[in-house]
Amino acid sequence: MLPPYLWSNLAVLLLFGAGVALGVYLRRNRLWREALSSLVRRRPLAIAALCLYVLVGLLDSVAWVGGPAAGADTVAAHEARSVIDRVFAGTPESSYSAPLATVSFYGAQPLESPRGHLLGTDILGRDVLYRTLKGARVALLIGGLTSLISIPLALLFGVGAGYFGGRLDDAVFFLISTLASMPSLLLLIALIMVMGRSTLSVCVALGITSWIGFARLARAETLKLRELDYVQAARALGVRDRRIVLRHILPNLAHLVVITLVLMFSGLVLSEVILAWLGIGVDGSWGQMIDQARDEFSRDPIIWWNISAAGGALFGLLLAVNFIGDALRDILDPRTLREDA
Amino acid sequence: MSTLLEARGLVTSYPGAAGRVRVVDGVSLSLEAGRVLALVGESGCGKSQTAFTLLRLVAKPGRIEAGSVRLEGRELIHLSVPQMRSVRGSGIAMIFQEPMTSLNPVLRVGAQVVEAIRLHERVGAASARQRTLELFGRVGIPDPSGRFDAYPHQLSGGLKQRVMIAMALSTHPKVLIADEPTTSLDVTIQAQILQLLRDLQRESETAILLITHDLGVVNELADRVAVMYGGRIVEEGPRVAVLGRPSHPYTQGLLRSMPGRVRPGQRLEEIPGVVPPPAEWPPGCRFATRCPRVRVSCAAEMPPEVALDADHRTFCFAVAEEGGG
Repeated sequence: MLPPYLWSNLAVLLLFGAGVALGVYLRRNRLWREALSSLVRRRPLAIAALCLYVLVGLLDSVAWVGGPAAGADTVAAHEARSVIDRVFAGTPESSYSAPLATVSFYGAQPLESPRGHLLGTDILGRDVLYRTLKGARVALLIGGLTSLISIPLALLFGVGAGYFGGRLDDAVFFLISTLASMPSLLLLIALIMVMGRSTLSVCVALGITSWIGFARLARAETLKLRELDYVQAARALGVRDRRIVLRHILPNLAHLVVITLVLMFSGLVLSEVILAWLGIGVDGSWGQMIDQARDEFSRDPIIWWNISAAGGALFGLLLAVNFIGDALRDILDPRTLREDA
Repeated sequence: MSTLLEARGLVTSYPGAAGRVRVVDGVSLSLEAGRVLALVGESGCGKSQTAFTLLRLVAKPGRIEAGSVRLEGRELIHLSVPQMRSVRGSGIAMIFQEPMTSLNPVLRVGAQVVEAIRLHERVGAASARQRTLELFGRVGIPDPSGRFDAYPHQLSGGLKQRVMIAMALSTHPKVLIADEPTTSLDVTIQAQILQLLRDLQRESETAILLITHDLGVVNELADRVAVMYGGRIVEEGPRVAVLGRPSHPYTQGLLRSMPGRVRPGQRLEEIPGVVPPPAEWPPGCRFATRCPRVRVSCAAEMPPEVALDADHRTFCFAVAEEGGG
């Protein structure tokens, strides 16, 4: 049995591997290769920003036991610590310190770390930059893992219902209507309560509540594709249903999958913030940082760096992803192609 | 010549507001090896539905209610689904009307033909590719190896139709159903495709069921002609007999409305009225509502079969009583 920190590290690495594999697969196809290079040309900054987030997430997922542990902390000596953990190893401060300050916020005592902290420290004296960087991994995990649960579910139900129709379609639509008639936030909370609070259960709960929209879209698109002549032609050639779905329906849904994946990602990361606000988020997420920092906002003088760091990191990631999603949609939809493209 | 495909009393129906409507009603056809049978009629007369019935590809909620389809004596109507699937393509293949949409836009055309070959035969990728290139050459695609990796949108309509024909031929079908293969092509390409079909049919012993509403195409290609109206065959016989001595009022009307027979400035004849929707077809002769020679019994009773020659038959009260006029 893998310890909990290991499986989530594994999940991040697997996600990254899957992303790279998808990229390599798409590059083999000329259409996608052109779309990707056009994307890089159009949104170099957004891509660079996303790569930075991914890099931080990866650095936080490569972990091993041993090496010089911080101080006399015996737990740290036996724990698998990531590259990020090791970089930021050091004695924690006693409490708040402002960004780049050399003395503590309350009392003006000299800090343990003589260089100060780029983004200050929080109430427990932890480095805010460190916590912010740790949040990247959580965000990528939530967005990526949940999409990996949600999109296959949506494709399975949507394409199945659209292609086979009849009873299956009725059953899937009953399920969709039932899920859609429940307030999704309540359903989310209930699911997380049932499964217990963990990164995986939050991802599964978000996955279960977020597939409906894309399933509807996939079903509608499949209904259209099913009647097209090349699907009829495949049937007239004696191709089996499974093969028709895999070879003739799914590849024609690929552009929708890519666009949905990117747009869904940002929505999911945001949902986690809302869950954190309700106290059922994932440990170490930006949502949790924001949640913990909300009281600090009403202090005087104001403690602004915690919420700003988490909010800024969240904003940067979502902005980059949304820019990429927008550009992808423009590239993949020939009707929106402009002269300069 | 031996009979390759024999269809008897096919009935296909769709649910309507007042019970099921028979869009194919008692159609019988027979195809001989190496011959072309043309199925002629206006839009909505059940030509394509007849083709889908032969392949058992009638889309839900449609249903084949009765009839028998025998391919080389083997009954297809009662075959299991997997058995029927193996007949499609290798026994009976089909070319569709719209070459523009009959190829999957995201796959290379060569790969689609290779898929068809490997579906029915255990051959390696390399030899399937080789076969595809040969087929491309045979159907007159210039630069086969260059076109192999092309996507459908990079090909013209005529080339796409040639790819479709190559795909249909790739499995060596005994019967080829061509559903208006030239309708969406321009006249020059039409002539080329017709020539191609004629050549291919001469080379192999493939029987072709040509579905069309273009009598010019029929005259070019067909050995026998079956005229359909309202889901039934109204006249059937050798091409020369049906086009030269049409006996059913509908066939006569069709031929009279051909533009070629009229001098400039003269008004083109037409068949009055339009094809009524299937739910409003009269129980007797379907053409009764538009027929110039209609009589009292026509709309109520099924017209009798009238044998005009050994292999030329028609279904009409007027012809039965007065002879062809």
